[in-house]
Amino acid sequence: MIRQLKTIGIAAVLFACLPLFLNAYWIDVLNSVGMYAILGLSLNLIVGHTGLFNLGHAAFYAVGAYTAAILNTKFQIPVLLLLPVCGFAAGLFALIVSKPIIHLRGDYLCIVTIGVGEIVRIALINDVFGITGGSNGIFGISRPSLFGFVIRTPLEFFYLIWAFAAITVLLFHLLERSRFGRALNYLREDEVAAEGSGINTAHYKLASFVIGAAWAGMAGNLFAAKMTIISPDSFTFWESVVMFAIVILGGSGSIPGVLVGAFLIVGLPEVFREFANARMLVFGAAMMVMMVFRTQGLLPARPRPYAIPALPEGEGGE
Amino acid sequence: MSLLSLQRLTKNFGGLTAVSSLSFDVQPGSIVGLIGPNGAGKTTVFNLITGIYLPDQGEIMFRQSSILGMRTHKIVSLGIARTFQTIRLFQNLSVLENVLAGCHCQMRSGVLSSMFHTRRQRLEEREALTRSVRALDFVGLRAQAGQLARNLSYGNQRLLELARALATGPQLLILDEPAGGMNEQETRRLVALISKLRDTGITVLLIEHDMTLVMRVCEKIVVLEYGSKIAEGSPETVKNDPKVIEAYLGTEKEW
Repeated sequence: MIRQLKTIGIAAVLFACLPLFLNAYWIDVLNSVGMYAILGLSLNLIVGHTGLFNLGHAAFYAVGAYTAAILNTKFQIPVLLLLPVCGFAAGLFALIVSKPIIHLRGDYLCIVTIGVGEIVRIALINDVFGITGGSNGIFGISRPSLFGFVIRTPLEFFYLIWAFAAITVLLFHLLERSRFGRALNYLREDEVAAEGSGINTAHYKLASFVIGAAWAGMAGNLFAAKMTIISPDSFTFWESVVMFAIVILGGSGSIPGVLVGAFLIVGLPEVFREFANARMLVFGAAMMVMMVFRTQGLLPARPRPYAIPALPEGEGGE
Repeated sequence: MSLLSLQRLTKNFGGLTAVSSLSFDVQPGSIVGLIGPNGAGKTTVFNLITGIYLPDQGEIMFRQSSILGMRTHKIVSLGIARTFQTIRLFQNLSVLENVLAGCHCQMRSGVLSSMFHTRRQRLEEREALTRSVRALDFVGLRAQAGQLARNLSYGNQRLLELARALATGPQLLILDEPAGGMNEQETRRLVALISKLRDTGITVLLIEHDMTLVMRVCEKIVVLEYGSKIAEGSPETVKNDPKVIEAYLGTEKEW
């Protein structure tokens, strides 16, 4: 346990030093990886832990990004202050749209979530309520600032994004190892047995959707702050597919798996740029090979450790 | 005063009447057997009691109050736990985590306290672990706590389901063919466990095809045929009831 913490600490320090050796382009690639790592972790709660197929996660990401963009450009509220607001907006949106569909099973739910993702994207293009700026999107979002320090360069964003990713990892790790995290897994394994063991399955399905969506909403806030311009093009079905692939390829229900997945799915196409036109082909082939030979993902979830308490003398049966 | 009381319970599936105006009582501290030929509606009765199905007519009283229309998890938290005819464990989770599922309804921590592992949450977690290990100890599976549920033998998987149900802290335990697929030695152990459960104050209602088991442990037997009760009473009375003999063996004329 202590050794594990040490290893993680050393890895984190080394990673934090990494930008010193990279140019702005590669730092920006790492920033993208960080964004997708956060999105992947949020989707992992829904897909990996609860086993609900969600191929419309970009919708929640979009709600967060647009909440930040609209409130910032219209009311000049500092973008980072909007972080909880964006999370709340995306969570509330998830609650409203998922309540009537959450009882659907597997593939049916999957198709409905694709629909939700498309509805949101098209609504944004159609400039709903006249506040989303249509297909041009919203521009002029102010830079985020932390204690008066304005974040603008890729290097500065590197630390902002990865600090948020680190907090996400920590909180989701704790959540995983709790009554809540276990309840999600029971649901994934056997819904009838979970309900029969006293778990309010409807509640936990909704809760996992809402928390996952809220986190994607906060990622949307970071995205809006980083780009200063957002448009519906950034929230296509493809985005949802990428997030889904990160979770499945990395390892459903496994935080290290999702991190590795984000590095591979977002980072590899950049590494393969020297293959020019063939890069997506190489990337696709690599993915196929991995999924055929390692269906559980690269780093599958490991069983949670428990300190089994010693029972007092004379207790228990045989 | 009865612990559980079914009153004129009826359930139809399309044109088929699976349970027809069924009434019986379960007294606290007793072991009651529900028997009948295949397709008599026994499991349907269990599904009605645990809220998986909603009856078309009738009333289900648990501790003098109606549990009709309640969701299953709510009924479990009131004190009715069950096992399934076809084993329904969380196959890819450890034996210990399967039992922890039963503790869930007695725990309170929500999303935030789970995310921040508050003091109360950690305390609660430790209590749940102790209770789970105690339940595993009771069925004799403590040594296998770290294994995956799917790696247990068939008989042990049944015992694990029993431990999970026990961890919910039930007053009434509903067992759907607990000895199904068990060998003779495992069945004998199960009989001992069921009697021991009753001694700790838990009431048991069970469906079983193994007649020697039923006759040995049950104080009262309810016999179903085509969804209706055809006999009720002590094992002795039921065994000699002509209607029961007819249901199980056919009438003399058919010979």
